Amino acid sequence: MVLPAQPPSPAQDRHDAIVIGGGLVGAAIAYGLAEQGLDTLLLDEGDVAHRASRGNFGLVWVQSKGLGAPHYQRWSRQSAAAWPALAAALATRTGLDTALEQPGGLHLCLSEEEFSARAARMERMRAEAGNLGFEYRMLDRSEVAERLPGIGPAVVGASWTPYDGHAGALTLLRALHAAFRDLGGTYRPNAAVARIDAAPHDFRVTASGMTARAPRLVLAAGLGNAVLAPMVGLAAPVRPERGQILVTERARPVLPVPTVNVRQTAEGSLLIGESKEDAGFDAQTQIPSVMRGMARRAVLAMPWIAELNIVRAWSALRVMSADGLPIYDRSERFPGAFTANCHSGVTLAAAHAQMLAPMIAAGALAPELLPFSAERFGHVRTAA
Amino acid sequence: MYAQRPEVRPATVEVLVDGRPVLVPEGASAAAAVLVAGLPALRTTPVGAAPRLPYCMMGVCFDCLAEIDGVPNRQACMVTVAPGMRIAPQRGARIAGPRA
Repeated sequence: MVLPAQPPSPAQDRHDAIVIGGGLVGAAIAYGLAEQGLDTLLLDEGDVAHRASRGNFGLVWVQSKGLGAPHYQRWSRQSAAAWPALAAALATRTGLDTALEQPGGLHLCLSEEEFSARAARMERMRAEAGNLGFEYRMLDRSEVAERLPGIGPAVVGASWTPYDGHAGALTLLRALHAAFRDLGGTYRPNAAVARIDAAPHDFRVTASGMTARAPRLVLAAGLGNAVLAPMVGLAAPVRPERGQILVTERARPVLPVPTVNVRQTAEGSLLIGESKEDAGFDAQTQIPSVMRGMARRAVLAMPWIAELNIVRAWSALRVMSADGLPIYDRSERFPGAFTANCHSGVTLAAAHAQMLAPMIAAGALAPELLPFSAERFGHVRTAA
Repeated sequence: MYAQRPEVRPATVEVLVDGRPVLVPEGASAAAAVLVAGLPALRTTPVGAAPRLPYCMMGVCFDCLAEIDGVPNRQACMVTVAPGMRIAPQRGARIAGPRA
């Protein structure tokens, strides 16, 4: 990091809001706050951070979100619905195309057992959705074949909803940062937060030799939030869940719709994913048996994928809560401080930028977000 | 543009580069055959459609990707020629899928 020769003057040091975390969640919120007219500082730890946003699969995915938690289904759906406006705004401001496509999505079922379990799950989602509704269909094999070329004999059917889609996760991250800076936001890379001095509506953050102050503070540091949240009287009980991704060589457009574990990027690569492992904080190792399982399931679904060469593979750490849902909180003890934690930084980017950021700017979370508090895990907010 | 050094082994292996017969020495790479053939471009890139020819000749840069004997995206510099080998250009991304 290039440090300024002189510490910034107190006047330069003050902002309307400080966001800690430069990944998809922090960048979306920072962009949203800047759009609200707030002078916002975005602190990004650096390449030692776990960087879940760099490993994101890129789905804008709704259909499996929020079984038993209709507020999460609603929040995901709102975000997916707001995504076209986000993509358009980012394109206008930055010239970057986030390659959003929302043609609906398929969850392929490779056995009768999978199909009936999926059907039961989707019916329950509809029942729980209440007045919001939940449009879905269980497609039989021939209906899947109409939507997806070259499915294998193992495909029994699929669930489909119109809400699903995908986008370029890395382009989104770049576009959010570019739009944020274009709106006058201040971005500080290599700024690992060492200390937070919290008072109501007054936060002083020390990061890599610099100190900044603001009446609003947003913790969006992914797995780092677990350590940071107690500094502002909150809890962020998140743990890493490793996911691996296989990337094929580029091919001409061949997949008209994304599936939950295979999608084709705008550039032509096929991404194969949806693995889940508890591997602690290890994002370096890749387990051949997991990669083999991912590849096998993709080839069972679409046998022609076997012809494609795998050119890259990576793993990353999802930011998971115990129930898999996001955590959003506002500090009672230190009003002005918020946390945002989730593993769906792409899907929820539009909600974070267009809905959550205005709430933070206004100083309170809307009632629809209260069920997302970490209080649901028994963490009692610290009273002043 | 490219000529073989005079002291090299005799060019005895005939391969087809974009359908044209080319003679190269035994042990040469498919990428060498492409350069001897004098194609203006071996491929165009999948996203930007930029023209490409073999460049590093040592398996690093992937600029020499070609369809060799019907298999797309092979690194031509890493493939040793064989009599009758067909080295075909690629325009954009390869074709994949059930009808490929």
